[in-house]
Amino acid sequence: MFNNFFHKMASPKYFYRISGKLIPWFAVPCLLLTLAGLYYGLVEAPTDYQQGDSYRIMFIHVPAAWMSLFIYMVMAGAGAIGLIWRIKLAEIVSISSAPIGAWFTFLALITGSIWGKPMWGTWWVWDARLTSELILLFLYLGVIALYSAIDDKRTAARATAILAIVGVVNIPIIHYSVEWWNTLHQGPTVTKFDKPSIHISMLIPLLLMALAFKLYYAFVVLMRARCELLERERHTGWARELTEEK
Amino acid sequence: MNLNEFFHMGGYGSYVWTSYGITLVVLLLNIILPARQHRKLLADIARKARRAGRKP
Repeated sequence: MFNNFFHKMASPKYFYRISGKLIPWFAVPCLLLTLAGLYYGLVEAPTDYQQGDSYRIMFIHVPAAWMSLFIYMVMAGAGAIGLIWRIKLAEIVSISSAPIGAWFTFLALITGSIWGKPMWGTWWVWDARLTSELILLFLYLGVIALYSAIDDKRTAARATAILAIVGVVNIPIIHYSVEWWNTLHQGPTVTKFDKPSIHISMLIPLLLMALAFKLYYAFVVLMRARCELLERERHTGWARELTEEK
Repeated sequence: MNLNEFFHMGGYGSYVWTSYGITLVVLLLNIILPARQHRKLLADIARKARRAGRKP
């Protein structure tokens, strides 16, 4: 039975249909969580005693930075699955993740920069955290460029998967950079083994936004994957049947 | 808290709202662009299928 399920899920036609139905189930909760997160983050959460109201940038900066790492791991993981088992859908999920991850990395960098200006007195420092996150952006862009440079999409997917897997080495560097090196960037306040050093009134909007961003990624990657799938399979029977149904 | 204070953000209004504004634009674009591409693709496939269908 399970074999049958995976076989069905891996069939492009079936994936296309199911993913289309799944999108609103991620998009609507995403919108609701975003609205709740914005309300608690911008209205309910108290002003920080050190950073004033500038710290409210955290509610998008931190979830965006988390997403930049999370999406990279999904991209590399799906790439590895595609590489080993030659599953076309894994390749597609992997490559569809790249632009979304790049955008979240961009957001983490730009909101961090805007937060850094009033708090650190500078838009940018070449410290370990910021530099390794910038390298992450270049890795994403490298994956996108490599994929579009190779005409045969199956070959392209294999090449980008290898690049993505090699780039995984950057992920722990980003995560631990604030502990390994001296930096202006503050240390982790949530992902610590002991109690998080963040007040519950600020933790709640942060987690709401983080969950909203996860759901956002879930439905946007499905949207992109459907496009990529359709593009690759446009000459097959099911893609044509699809347009005749309407 | 009144609305003015809310937008002022204790003097950090421009930083906070720029950050949120850029994020909103980026997140919306990442929905709109794939949706548009999807529509285009479907129309393209349909057009090609019709053209192929006309020829016996």
